[in-house]
Order: sequence, then structure tokens, then C-alpha cells
Amino acid sequence: MDMKKLSMQVDLDSFIPATDEEKEYIVTMRPSSTFFQDGVKRFMKNKVAVVSLIIIVIITLSSILIPMFWPYSYDQMLGVQTGRPVDPSFKNLEPFEYGRSEIAAMEAGEKVFPHVFGTDASGRDYFIRVVYGTRISLAVGFFASIIVLIIGLLIGSIAGYAGGAVDLIIMRIVDIIYSLPDMLMVILLASVLKQTLAGALDGTILEHIGSNIISLFVVFALLYWVSMARLIRGQILSLREQEYVMAAEATGARPGWVIRKHLLPNCISVIIISTALQIPNAIFTESYLSFLGLGVNAPMPSLGSLASDALNGLASHTFLLIIPAIVISLIVLSLNLMGDGLRDAFDPKLDT
Amino acid sequence: MDSKTALYIVKRLILAVFTVWVVITITFFVMRAVPGGPFLSEKAISPAAQAQLEAKYGMDKPLMTQYFTYLKDVVTRMDFGPSLKQRGRQVIEIISDGMRTSAKLGVIAAVAALISGVVLGAFAALRRNKLIDRIIMVITTAFVSMPSFIVGTLLLVLFAMVLHWLPANGSTGRGLILPIVTLALYPMAYITRLTRSSMLDVLGQDYIRTARAKGVSKRAVLFKHALKNALIPVITYFGPMLAYIVTGSLVVEQIFAVPGIGRQFVSSITNRDYPMIMGTTIILATLIVIMNLVSDILYKIVDPRINLE
Repeated sequence: MDMKKLSMQVDLDSFIPATDEEKEYIVTMRPSSTFFQDGVKRFMKNKVAVVSLIIIVIITLSSILIPMFWPYSYDQMLGVQTGRPVDPSFKNLEPFEYGRSEIAAMEAGEKVFPHVFGTDASGRDYFIRVVYGTRISLAVGFFASIIVLIIGLLIGSIAGYAGGAVDLIIMRIVDIIYSLPDMLMVILLASVLKQTLAGALDGTILEHIGSNIISLFVVFALLYWVSMARLIRGQILSLREQEYVMAAEATGARPGWVIRKHLLPNCISVIIISTALQIPNAIFTESYLSFLGLGVNAPMPSLGSLASDALNGLASHTFLLIIPAIVISLIVLSLNLMGDGLRDAFDPKLDT
Repeated sequence: MDSKTALYIVKRLILAVFTVWVVITITFFVMRAVPGGPFLSEKAISPAAQAQLEAKYGMDKPLMTQYFTYLKDVVTRMDFGPSLKQRGRQVIEIISDGMRTSAKLGVIAAVAALISGVVLGAFAALRRNKLIDRIIMVITTAFVSMPSFIVGTLLLVLFAMVLHWLPANGSTGRGLILPIVTLALYPMAYITRLTRSSMLDVLGQDYIRTARAKGVSKRAVLFKHALKNALIPVITYFGPMLAYIVTGSLVVEQIFAVPGIGRQFVSSITNRDYPMIMGTTIILATLIVIMNLVSDILYKIVDPRINLE
């Protein structure tokens, strides 16, 4: 082959497509798996995390499904019937005990649905109250985390991507909110918002949810987004130095596009994990506030308010406290263990 | 101390002062935003009497004037004004009364948590993956997942009502045991886990092997080389621990009827005693901010390798 000085010295023969015979030699041992599949596989190997996941699924499903067919409702006082004097025999029933009128009905041959956990001091079926309280606590935890996620995501990605003065100002605000003692601020805001919102919410759809839960969400939206924002900013700062971001910018991509298409998908695992770990935190805070009387509005139960109500008859009816205590600890524990499992599976780089 | 550390300390100090100011400001304006004001719950009050009350507490002046007066009083004299519900008493008196009991509880709980946490954590690390390590980890995981009000009430039921070993009322002597244990359990569990993981980290370092190879006794390696370094991360937990104990004491004092600051705070929230709420929030928040500051600075001084930026 004669050498032309200014050519690329490429032998064109090397670029002929492979024949079918040659293709046979390429052996695929197994189909390549994606990052997500790898993560799921790693997660499934972690027995503790899988068991926690199953427990959470069972608790969540039963808190949604059981109220559909349970014959009692959470605010129905069984001893109170219109046109009749209050029947005190329904108050504080032990598990599987019945009220006087129910015993009479059973003797007459009717079937009466048992009170699996007995009743509370107002004669309400305790099982359905616990189920309902679980539902409320889970919902509060979930939505509070979503709020935190959205705000943290928005502000964190703006700070990380914009950099400069914007970043500086946002991060100083984050620093200050971060150093505020969160629980005290939560109590302060919850105790005031409760009263401020109660009037403002009358007549709207939000009234149904109750001013206390709304104020809880407001508090979360105001205070708890900072660690999420910090995390996402850090991720974006390191990701935006990557070549593919530079390539996208060079081809004229707008900032919104780069954030949505390149930066966020690459920190998605970090985002999911910290959201998952935020849920038990929110449940913890809600139950704490409910215990101080700043949580859900009565008669709506939450696990914290059930435990708090149970304090009054503690000596004689200990199980009224034990049941919500077990449920709440189980939920928080499983969520924490599952979050740890998710972190180990999807973010091998990140430790503790 | 090099100039970089000094700069860091100055920065942290400024942030701390600023944070306290933000807390005072938020508290003031949030409280003033309450509809109806602090005298709402007074029954059948005439407008004249209302105006008189407002004049007495300086609430008839413009908001910003009130704010600056409040800020000045708080900063210069720690004066939070009189309590609205406990007539004739200054907020700061009530707080310092309650603080005496609460501080005793809190300090004992913190020291107990620190000592037992470090001992258990180091022990678990040395017996890594043995049965005893597993047991310690399971128990601490459980404690970390249980809210303090649950732990408190369960302890109350078990020791005061079923076994009758300890009194349920926590105002004096033996009665303080249960509230202290309740407060200490969570930080203890946390410190145990922290110490264990940092101890495992340190034990894997080269200098431990070097020390052993040089013939230093096992005990000396453990205490002089390993534990000393493993304890550094525990310093960072001082601030959060105080924050936990403060918020924990709100419910714990409620459960065990301890006459401390937490109980005062909760009852001032229920009867809407605004000067009390403001005063207590500001004092407790300042304490937490100071503790965070101290633990951050201590951390930086103890281990100059750490880059906190």
C-alpha cells in the first residue's frame, strides 16, 4: 500500500461488515441488565429489607381495605343511638367483649361482629380506630415527604445548576433554616397555624382534612426541605461537570432541559432513598405533635393521638396504649430498614 | 490553632448569632399573627378592659416598635415580660424555676447515654458479628424506632403499674429514674451505633496494626489508639442530642408529671400564654444553637484533618 502523507492511513478493509459466520463467534453469556434491575436484584437479596417491605405493604393495604368492609366506623359511638339513653356498657370493652344490647341481639340469634381490640372510653370500636389512625399516619408521612421532595428538588436543582450569587443566597437561607431547632419551630408554628388556619379553611375542601394536618404540611414545607435541597444541590454540582452535560449545552440545550433530562435522572436513586427515609421521620413528627395535642383534629384518630388518649385510662386499659405503640414502632422500624436496604441496593457509593 | 480554624470559628459564631436572631424574630411575628390576640380566651371582656390590658402589656403600640422593644429587652436583660396566665410572675422566673429540674434530668440523661452508649458501642465493635453484637444492634435499632412518648408510657406501665418498683410521679428522688431512663434510651442507642461503626472503621486503620506490630499491649491499643479516635464522631452528636433531650422532655415531663420547663411549655401552648411560649422557645432554641456551635467547633479542634467546608 502506498503511503500518502496527508491521509489518515486507514485500512478500509478493516471496516467491512461482519459475515454471519463471524457473528456466531460473539457469545452473549446472558442479557445485560440495567442499573434498575441490578438494584432490584441486590435489594431482593437483603432479607431484612424485603421483610420490611412486605410488612409495609400489608399494613398499607389493610389500612386502605379494612375500612371498606368493617361494620363499624371510626367515629361511631356504639352506645349512642338516636332516641335512646346512652348505653354505658359499650365503654372500655375488653377485646372480644360485647355491649349489653349486642349480647341481647346475640341471644336472639343475630350475628354481631366482634370488637377485636375492644372499644375505647367513648365506646368506639378500637380496631377500626387503629386501622384508621394507621391510614392517617401513613398518609401524613407520605404526603409530607412528597411536599419536602418537590420543594427540595426545585430549590436544590436551581441552586446547583445556577451557581454564583443565586446559589450563595439560597445556601445561606438553607444554612439558617438548617440551624434552627426544628422541633421547637414545628411546635411553635403548629400551635399558631392551627388557630390561624381554622378560620380560613371553613367552607373549603381543605376543611375536611382539618386545620391541624394542613398546618403540619405547611410546617414541613417550610422547614424540612433544606436537607433535601442540600443533597440535590451537591449531586447536581458534581454531575454538571460531566462531559455529557457539556455536550448537551454545546448543542444548545436550555437549562430546564439539561436539569430534567440529564441531571435529575442521574441522581434519581439518591432522591428516592432520601424520600423513603423522610417518611418515617414525618410519621414520627406527626405522632409527637398528636401526642402534645397539636396533631389531627378529633374525632379523627392518628397513631399518636390514640396513644395520647390512652394515657387517661392507662392503669386499667393498658392495651389501648400498647396497640398503637406497636403499630407505630413497626411502621417506623420497617420503613427505616427498607430505606437502608434501598440505599445499599441502589447507591453502592453512598455509605451511611 | 491555625488561621483557617479561627476563620471557621468566627463564621460559625456569626451564623449562630444570626440564627438566634432569626428565632426571636420568627417567634415574635408568628405569635403576633394569631387571630384574636392573647386575651381571646378571657371570658366576656369589655372593649375598655381589653384596651387597658393591651396598654398594660404594650400591645397598643405599632408592631415594629413592639418588636424592637421586645428584642432589646430579650437581648439586654433576658426580659420576656410577665406571664399572661400566671399572674404576677415574670416569664423568666417561671423558666428558670422549671429549668432547675429539667436541666438536672437532661444532664444526667445525657451523661448516662454517653457513657453507656460508648461502652456498648465499643463492646459491640470488638465482638463484631458475634451473638452479643447482634443482640445489641437489634435492641438499639428498636429503640431508635420508638418515639419517646411510647417508650416513656411503656416504662411507666411496666415499672410503676405492673411491677410497682418505681413511683409514677417524677417530681423527686426515685421518681426521677424513669424520666431519665426514657430520655436517655434514644441517645444511648444512637451513640452505641455511632461508636460501633466508627470503632470498626478505626480498628481497620493501618496505625492500629502498626501499634500492635510494635508490641503495644492490646489494652493500650484499644484505649489509647482506637477508642480515642473512634470517639471523635460522637462529638458531632452533642448538639442533636441536646435538641432531642429538649424536645423529648416536653412529652416525658408530661407523662411523669415532672415540674420542669417542658411541662410549663406544653401547658402554655394549651392556655395560649404567648409570652411564655415565646420565652421558652427562644431560651431552648438558643441552648440548642449554642450546643451545636460548641460541638462543631470542638470537632474541628479535636481533629484538624476534618475539612468542614
